[in-house]
Amino acid sequence: MQVWQAGLIKNRVLLVLWLAGALSAALLPLLTHAPNRLVTGKGISFAAVLSGWHGLVLIPALVLAIAPFCRKHPLRDGIVLLACACWLSGLLALAGHEAQQLALTDSSYSRTSFGGGAWILWGLGWLAAADALGQLKLGPRNTVLVALAVLAPGIGLLFSGQLSALSVLKEYANRRDVFDAALSRHLEIVSATLVPTLLIGVPLGVITFRRTWLRGPVFSVLNLIQTIPSIALFGLLLAPLAALATHVPLLAQWGISGIGVTPAVIALTLYSLLPMARGTAAGLAQVPAAAVEAARGMGMSPRQIFWQVEVPLALPVLLSGLRITTVQAIGLTTVAALIGAGGFGAIMFQGLLSSALDLVLLGAIPVIALAIAADALFKLLGSVLGERGQ
Amino acid sequence: MIEFERVCKRFGDFVAVDDLSLRLADGEFTVLIGQSGSGKSTTLKMINRLVPHDSGRILFAGKEINGFREEDLRRRMGYAIQSIGLFPHWTVARNIATVPALLKWPKARITSRVEELLQLLGLDPAGFAHRYPHQLSGGQQQRVGVARALAADPEVLLMDEPFGALDPVTRSALQAEIARIHQVSGKAIVLVTHDIDEALLLADRIVMLDQGRVVQDGTPRQILLEPASDSVTRFVGRSEVGLKLLGLDQVHSRMRAPISASAEGISRSATLREALSALIASHAEQLPVLDEHGQTVGSIHVADLLDVTR
Repeated sequence: MQVWQAGLIKNRVLLVLWLAGALSAALLPLLTHAPNRLVTGKGISFAAVLSGWHGLVLIPALVLAIAPFCRKHPLRDGIVLLACACWLSGLLALAGHEAQQLALTDSSYSRTSFGGGAWILWGLGWLAAADALGQLKLGPRNTVLVALAVLAPGIGLLFSGQLSALSVLKEYANRRDVFDAALSRHLEIVSATLVPTLLIGVPLGVITFRRTWLRGPVFSVLNLIQTIPSIALFGLLLAPLAALATHVPLLAQWGISGIGVTPAVIALTLYSLLPMARGTAAGLAQVPAAAVEAARGMGMSPRQIFWQVEVPLALPVLLSGLRITTVQAIGLTTVAALIGAGGFGAIMFQGLLSSALDLVLLGAIPVIALAIAADALFKLLGSVLGERGQ
Repeated sequence: MIEFERVCKRFGDFVAVDDLSLRLADGEFTVLIGQSGSGKSTTLKMINRLVPHDSGRILFAGKEINGFREEDLRRRMGYAIQSIGLFPHWTVARNIATVPALLKWPKARITSRVEELLQLLGLDPAGFAHRYPHQLSGGQQQRVGVARALAADPEVLLMDEPFGALDPVTRSALQAEIARIHQVSGKAIVLVTHDIDEALLLADRIVMLDQGRVVQDGTPRQILLEPASDSVTRFVGRSEVGLKLLGLDQVHSRMRAPISASAEGISRSATLREALSALIASHAEQLPVLDEHGQTVGSIHVADLLDVTR
């Protein structure tokens, strides 16, 4: 009580995160080790892996323990970010090295995976970094760049081969071709979705903005589509597309059929139309009416008003519609694996069916990474455009 | 320059402008005044076809305005509005250059014109040209708005309550600015307002509208001395007609020979209304009159203020 009253604690969020981290490090296994990938492994605690240079990982942990008691200052938050970067990558390096050691003494079928403790400690480390980033108030562009810098050492480790003894990466090594094919297929489906989404969604947004009476009907149809579960929509598309392919052989030659990429792209486009059209309409609606009246009064043609005034001023909101669309498409493409469209979903479902958790992770982690990357990219783009003007 | 011939405009059942005939001369500062719903803004917007007229003819430079291509017509008329409507994603310089750019002026001509206009409106070109609208105060924004309206040297300047949203100090500074611009450019200006003091200050000619009809059309002095109806008297404000009349003339118009008084002097370009106020405040019957350099050039006597019809 004394401590709270004396105001010793300057950052409660960080302190709570740290305590939660300490608790999970003490109680939950950091890694699990199993003789093969099908049986449940036994846990290895955080304390058990701290021998040798592994102990260095306690340095950032110590820094993060002291930081909550330091006065709010950009320097403090900078040091916290640095400590978080060391912590996140240190934990990875430690796990990778531990897995290597275990692999030396065991058969090649043995699996070392991340335990619950590792996930939680990363999560908390990332939240601590996010809190420090928030305190620094750097503006959208620099926030994204600093966040990337915090993640960079960990990503570097991933590609350096130091982690290859870990189970997820073993699965990757065994399925490199499948993984690469899934990555390119996933990206293909997402980009193939974005093209028709832009070509249909943006004009739809413009029309609903110009013709108010269309707004109700158009958005209720798009809303209705949005409420159909994705599996059901794939199912609904199956019959008509298959029939179309049978009756028009040319379409079948182009690769259009009831299952595969075509229905996936059609369904994803249908889902994407709502955020895209709504983003476009909302973007146009927030263009100041006075600017449009002045543009008209000065003798700009409707086309000039659209391209020189409305589009640039609507662009940040329109881009956020595109961001939502892209992130949503990246996620939904996973489900499209069920109708044979491929992508990371195929790896995940294979893992689920053979109860191989690491295989599920091999499919899930890249999807999450792609979604976060797309989100950050569009936010960055939006902030660069938004910096001019308002 | 601009002529209305029996022009009507309805919005549904509402008659906004009713059989309006009006002739606006070259170089004249015309103020359209009236209460909201009197049709003053509609009248202004019909000139540049932002509002199409239903019947009658509107002539610009001798030709019915519907005979012009809409964009060409508007590019020959400056347009400034109360909400200003600067383009937030463009710099001040590019905002001002809007119409010259539409008219495809050469770059060098645009640059020098922008600089000239910033100076005309009292904004330092080096400090302001590359700023964005959100970095300016309301008054500075409207200065840019007026500069933008003047950019392509339009034949007439249309202003829809341009100073309505500004604070009193900024408003009178900009009123003085626009009066000066009218004097040096000799451009025809049509300004819409509901503020009788603004109208009396700026106008060569006041057109008072009520329910879409002209209730009086005359000089500020005629509006004050010979109100055409009770509604005009009410609008002007019965109790202050005398003071408003004094506000129309400057001190030098009633100046006598210099006196040797110890009292504080008044500028020769001050209004008679300000002179009266100064006389009352200093408990004097007369005050010395000073020129721009502070030299005594004459005197003003309280008795000379009384004959406002002179």
